[in-house]
Amino acid sequence: MNRRTFLKLGTAVGSTLVAGSAEAKENGNPEEFVGVLVDTTRCIGCRACERACSEAHDLPVPDIEHDGALAARRPTSETQWTVVNRFATSKGDVFVKQQCMHCWQPACGSACLTNAMYKTRTGPVIWRAGKCMGCRFCLVSCPFDIPKFEYHSWNPKIQKCSMCYERLEQGLGPACVGSCPTDALTFGTKRELMEIARLRIYHHPERYVHRIYGEAEVGGTSWLYLSAVPFEEIGFRTDLGTTPYPEYTRDFLYGVPLVLFGLPALQLGLHLLAEKKDEALEGAGS
Amino acid sequence: MTATPISPASGGRALLRFLASEMKPKAPFLTPFNLISIPVILLGIGVLVRRFIYGLGSITNLSQEHPWGLGIGFDVVTGVALAGGAYVLAFVVYVMRLEKYHPIIRATVLNGLLAYIFYAGALVLDLGRPWNVINPVIGNSFGYNSVLFQVAWSFLLYMLVEMVELSPAFAEWLGWKRARRILASLTLGAVILGVTLSTLHQAGLGALFLMAKPKIHPLWYTEFIPILFFVSSIFAGLSMVILEGTLTHRIFGKQINPKQHGSYDDLLLGLGKGTAITLFVYYFFKVLIFLHERQWDLLATGWGAWYLVEVLGFVLVPCVMFTYAVRNRRPGLLRLAAAGALIGVLLNRLNISVIAFNWQLPVHYFPSWQEFIVTLTVVFTEIWVFRWIVLRLPILREAHELPHPRPADLMTAV
Repeated sequence: MNRRTFLKLGTAVGSTLVAGSAEAKENGNPEEFVGVLVDTTRCIGCRACERACSEAHDLPVPDIEHDGALAARRPTSETQWTVVNRFATSKGDVFVKQQCMHCWQPACGSACLTNAMYKTRTGPVIWRAGKCMGCRFCLVSCPFDIPKFEYHSWNPKIQKCSMCYERLEQGLGPACVGSCPTDALTFGTKRELMEIARLRIYHHPERYVHRIYGEAEVGGTSWLYLSAVPFEEIGFRTDLGTTPYPEYTRDFLYGVPLVLFGLPALQLGLHLLAEKKDEALEGAGS
Repeated sequence: MTATPISPASGGRALLRFLASEMKPKAPFLTPFNLISIPVILLGIGVLVRRFIYGLGSITNLSQEHPWGLGIGFDVVTGVALAGGAYVLAFVVYVMRLEKYHPIIRATVLNGLLAYIFYAGALVLDLGRPWNVINPVIGNSFGYNSVLFQVAWSFLLYMLVEMVELSPAFAEWLGWKRARRILASLTLGAVILGVTLSTLHQAGLGALFLMAKPKIHPLWYTEFIPILFFVSSIFAGLSMVILEGTLTHRIFGKQINPKQHGSYDDLLLGLGKGTAITLFVYYFFKVLIFLHERQWDLLATGWGAWYLVEVLGFVLVPCVMFTYAVRNRRPGLLRLAAAGALIGVLLNRLNISVIAFNWQLPVHYFPSWQEFIVTLTVVFTEIWVFRWIVLRLPILREAHELPHPRPADLMTAV
């Protein structure tokens, strides 16, 4: 499945379609996904992004000055859509912000049987409460282990970064990007972000490893990362491949209609053959 | 029925009277099974009440890293494979017309239908927001891209198909002769559709794990999981028929035509032959995939040993046992082989969905006691319903062996 068909299928039901396409027409830039470039060489681990995120989404706001959370490695959780972790590397401490990567072809979106997990036309992957049945197939499928399920609620939600989809609709940028004091985060279309990232590597070849995480990983992601050390050293999985995850189920799904129409015909044929054989036996017996 | 015109009201009353009389218990109450199952079911209900108030986390050990546990890994992913006997046997009897297996078809289809109803039920219990389960059905959110969407639909349709397959037995129970004729004429179509849907969702259950590529141990992850799941559902289903048939035969033996008793072992040995062949095909696929992936170095690890236990101990060994049992006509060994093959399927399904899932992480999942209780509750309730139906409907016995009067007789008598 290419991106175009995926989008067509995905947006067929979406109520956001109308608003999204109208906006896309206005700025003459249809179907260009936005994202964020994270330059880990600039991050100072202040965790202002964590606080801004929690404030923007009514989540418990972490006490970033006093909770000492950088001491241990934390995953994102059902109460924290983004976390900053510290990694001791060959080039000293490196701080890495983690959140949903907003894949171009998200595994979670293709896993979801109700389109609750949904790739919007502008790029963010969002979760829609009214559709979700809580099967947690998105948790099983996500290569980055991002969606989090509220196990201790009678009415559980899936919690994950939405790239501040509502703010983007209002023409604002993601809350975390605005909060960053060192410009470690840059918001823009992926095309622009790739140019910026390449330019930084070009101008400072000694500062960066010559790789942009998210350029091609799992088919490309909206969030991109620059690093001074190999990405394995700062907690990234580099064995995920460049195949978009929905591709892994494509062959199976293509096979479904073949089986659905072919197998009954085959069985009918077998049934008729079996009948003939019976008759022949009876004929021989009599 | 048509000979004596009757008012619908009196016919309805007769039917109600009949149903009321059928509600009475037909078997002794104080049996060991009842004494064990009733407390478990009551406890299970209590656990479920807690789950719907305080959330899944209050009764399960599920986590963000292990989102699917016993409730999916055993009840659904394994249970549906074990219920595969219904489509395999329906194919053999109705499509291939091997009449030899006709006497056990109704019990097998009933088992299959109940398994699906209860496993689908277990699936709903495992959903966080079960009230939205209707969404992919009514069409306000069709996730066409999702394997689970396909599995859900073929689950649903297959349950309807099995009801059609079983409907003649209900018509016989109620003495509705004309309805029985019409319903029986639908059987072949239902079976053909049922086999197709089963192929799709048995393979589909495997396809659910295709996107979990970085999480499942490489010895178990392969792009051919759907094919392996489909093939293993055939021998798992047949093994289950062999074991279940043996049990049913012991417990409800009175109901079965004495003529059949002698040929019963014959029948099981015939099924054993089919099972041996499918097991060998499955083993062959496993070896082929292993060689293709060149995973020799992984065998030297603990996971490799565990993999060998599964593939050699519970696939190859049962396969050899089946072959020996069929050749030398040893029904006892056949049952042992069936048990071995079932453990093999159970291990494989649990390895993929639970045990070797996120195997690199330091924390592993083990089900809580409440999860075991819920699973037992599902299984026990299913057995209760199975027993209720077998004691009343012509499942094991022929229709004319049912005690009279049937409601239709009552109606003509009015």
